[in-house]
Amino acid sequence: MNTPVRRRFVALLAGLAAVPLLPFRAARAQADPFAALLKQVTGGATVRLGRVKVDTPRLADNGHSVPLTVSVESPMTAADHVRSITLLSERNPRPLMATFYLGPKAGRAEVATRVRLNGTQRVLAVAQISDGSYWSGTAEVEVTESACLDMS
Amino acid sequence: MALARVQLPASAKRGEAIEVRIAIQHPMETGFRYDNMGKAIPKNVINSLRVRYNGTEIFRAELGSGIAANPYLQFFTVAEASGQFDFEWVDDNGDRGMEQAAISITG
Repeated sequence: MNTPVRRRFVALLAGLAAVPLLPFRAARAQADPFAALLKQVTGGATVRLGRVKVDTPRLADNGHSVPLTVSVESPMTAADHVRSITLLSERNPRPLMATFYLGPKAGRAEVATRVRLNGTQRVLAVAQISDGSYWSGTAEVEVTESACLDMS
Repeated sequence: MALARVQLPASAKRGEAIEVRIAIQHPMETGFRYDNMGKAIPKNVINSLRVRYNGTEIFRAELGSGIAANPYLQFFTVAEASGQFDFEWVDDNGDRGMEQAAISITG
């Protein structure tokens, strides 16, 4: 039949399919959205992934109040304990949500609270260990009703 | 000022990590909301909370508008001696609040 037209059409389709991927890839390849913030929190120290666990529901109906638990693997002794835990949000207008200061007397490096989340995003927790190293963990939360849309 | 509820075990064994919970009644106003007249409601959140156990600071929190209204916090501390927990907090308006709770330690 009319093959050249069909070929052109198929080529066009293939082109269309490829186009939206390009900017997406570029955005992905860009620096971590947390990078600048982390620098502020840690003063430029390297932050390693691990030891920190962030527990949230995978799906939160209401971004106004999302339960969140952070736990850090640590013996919590005078020699080796968690000094602080900082909670960061990827999409909140004020990404720095809270900082908790613990000590060896905490016994267990675990803090729970409820946070506000402006839409589906990743939440990052950074823990500073007594030896000065930083460790982090993330959790992905899908928020069906965002916290900051309510203007009333 | 604000009402608060503290929950901790009434008694605990020495050396045990006990769970401490506090919920404070506070709007944690973000500063992004508007009232009926279209005027921005100023930001007012509890920005810091300090917990002392028999006079020694065991936990401190710096909070922002990312914490939900009526902030709730839960953390652990090692039971050492019978005594008192003091919770103190302050919001952006400078309003202070405090709450106390007692614990008795066995063993």
